[in-house]
Amino acid sequence: MTFALTPERQQELARIVARYPNKQAACIPVLHLCQEQHGWISDEVTRFVADTLGMPAAQVVGVVTFYSIFNQQPVGRHQVWVCRTLSCALRGAEGLLHQCEKHLGIHAGQTTPDGAITLRTAECLASCGTAPVMQVDKTYHENLTPERAREILDGLRSR
Amino acid sequence: MLQRTNYLSSRYGVPDGHRIEAYLRDGGYEQAKRALGMPRKALIDEVKAANLRGRGGAGFPMGVKWGFMPPEPKPGKPHYLVVNADEGEPGTFKDRTLMERDPHSTVEGCIIGAYGIGAHAAYVYVRDELHLSKARLWGAIEEARARGFLGAKPFGIDYPVEVYVHSGAGAYICGEETALLNSLEGKRGEPRMKPPVPAQAGAFGMPTTVNNLESIATVPTILKLGGEAFSKLSALHGMRDGGCRLFGVSGHVKTPGVFECAVGLTLRELVYELGGGVAGGKLLAVIPGGSSTPILRHDELVDAPDPKAPLHPWHGQSVLDVPMGVDTFRGLGTMLGTCCAIVLSERACPVLAMHNLMRFYRHESCGQCTPCREGSGWLERTLDRIVGGEGTLEDLDRLHEIANNIMGNTICAFGEGTAMPALGFLRKFRREFEDFVRTHGASSPRNLAL
Ligand SMILES: Cc1cc2nc3c(=O)[nH]c(=O)nc-3n(C[C@H](O)[C@H](O)[C@H](O)COP(=O)(O)O)c2cc1C
Ligand code: SF4
Ligand code: FES
Repeated sequence: MTFALTPERQQELARIVARYPNKQAACIPVLHLCQEQHGWISDEVTRFVADTLGMPAAQVVGVVTFYSIFNQQPVGRHQVWVCRTLSCALRGAEGLLHQCEKHLGIHAGQTTPDGAITLRTAECLASCGTAPVMQVDKTYHENLTPERAREILDGLRSR
Repeated sequence: MLQRTNYLSSRYGVPDGHRIEAYLRDGGYEQAKRALGMPRKALIDEVKAANLRGRGGAGFPMGVKWGFMPPEPKPGKPHYLVVNADEGEPGTFKDRTLMERDPHSTVEGCIIGAYGIGAHAAYVYVRDELHLSKARLWGAIEEARARGFLGAKPFGIDYPVEVYVHSGAGAYICGEETALLNSLEGKRGEPRMKPPVPAQAGAFGMPTTVNNLESIATVPTILKLGGEAFSKLSALHGMRDGGCRLFGVSGHVKTPGVFECAVGLTLRELVYELGGGVAGGKLLAVIPGGSSTPILRHDELVDAPDPKAPLHPWHGQSVLDVPMGVDTFRGLGTMLGTCCAIVLSERACPVLAMHNLMRFYRHESCGQCTPCREGSGWLERTLDRIVGGEGTLEDLDRLHEIANNIMGNTICAFGEGTAMPALGFLRKFRREFEDFVRTHGASSPRNLAL
């Protein structure tokens, strides 16, 4: 199976490449574009990016493995990150994470059996003044209480 | 001295303050237009006179850095402006407020900065997680372009400028400027050996200036006020630490947040006035400017008996009453860093706080240098043992030794940024660490949260 972007994303790819003096510089934004569509960076995606940007596949793999945002295996429909660094920890991040783990019945790093949610820890999300904080897909939820976190997680299940 | 200012954050509370209409109402883009008509040297001199010390953590004077660039690009050697909005230093959350609530000051700063260093393209490197920030920046770029402020002829002047947003992908080390450049080029975000410095060979091997996003967003204000007048806003103008900046405070305070003030604010004012005071009892300690800056205890006094020492005027006073400046805080044996403080009340355990941060550093080391990769791992594992109640007093000496072995033996400043705060915790909380070890943790509140 080869990987291909949707026509809209293929146009976006052309716009991205045009921003840089060489094609390789588009590697990270293009990986984001592919992950947005496919959910993770499979071998087919890696090959697609390598071919499109004229890079050796090994080099693309090197990039994918360096950055924590790129998923090297399939993940849940929704991504949840709980920040656990100091400012959040001082405001109850540890309790928040435990609550999420208990509520979902999984540990950080795992995906719920229905494939809805992957729970992970994050390092400082630049939201320390509104700690504790949890990122759900592209959205931050700040000043969180465990009750509010449970509501948010329940809301994700049905989406 | 607590002096609130309202230059960088004046549109924070304004409805649609992130839109170009709000920015133009306040005279937005007039300085960019004026700058493009100035001789480059005059512009750099203005920025030098502002004494803006880089807001990314190292505190290098911005005008001096711009002056390192070749006066004119050589044929086939374009210059680049790279704006650092990786904002990953634990405790730091100021650049995000600028991007979300006033992105046009960054776009205008990019136009002026690009012209100042002879560049035609600026890349704003934003950490991936800040999706709203990226959307707001792109929105501002599109609005500016639609008005003819960007592109081939900004304001009708024959000096093309393009601004792009580039997304990171989740790696703290990409805040380090040379790692950031590798990441911008589509590579692994591993720091480069210096020299060459970015002004010689930076992005794509070309002369490059890397500035923090707040530094760049402040440039329109510098031009509006004039460099010297901007510098004089600061109580530390005489120490060449000028202007106003964003201060953050988080952790155990009643009203955490970002506050714009003149340089020269004290930690006491930041914690007790802006931060509303300590939540959960009395103050234990403050990490002044992001997790890499060594911690200060509440009961520390300034020790500067020499009348010639820069800190002599504060000799014998509490460290909490020293104006927060790049050089004053270096004198205290710590750093001003990003100017975003983390507050620990007496109900927080310093052993657990250090453990939390050393876990962070172990996780984020890029692994290129053995002392950093292995040292950060040993630091974490030794602390794991101590926190588990199985540490020994020898473990405390071992922690010192490991940290000392990292210092000065690494490619980038991440190494020092790990070792210095580690040594700070160990020196300043020696008694608490010893008690923790002797009592197998029974001496500790066992908690960070209130
Ligand atoms: C490990 C490490 C992380 C850093 N992270 C950031 C960051 O997130 N944002 C930033 O502006 N500077 C960061 N810096 C500092 C940059 O290397 C650089 O000094 C700065 O962007 C220069 O801008 P300025 O002179 O305007 O402060 C970091 C440095 C190190 C060593
Ligand atoms: S000091 Fe650490 S983070 Fe910096 S280059 Fe070396 S291993 Fe990487
Ligand atoms: S420590 Fe959690 S957002 Fe900064």
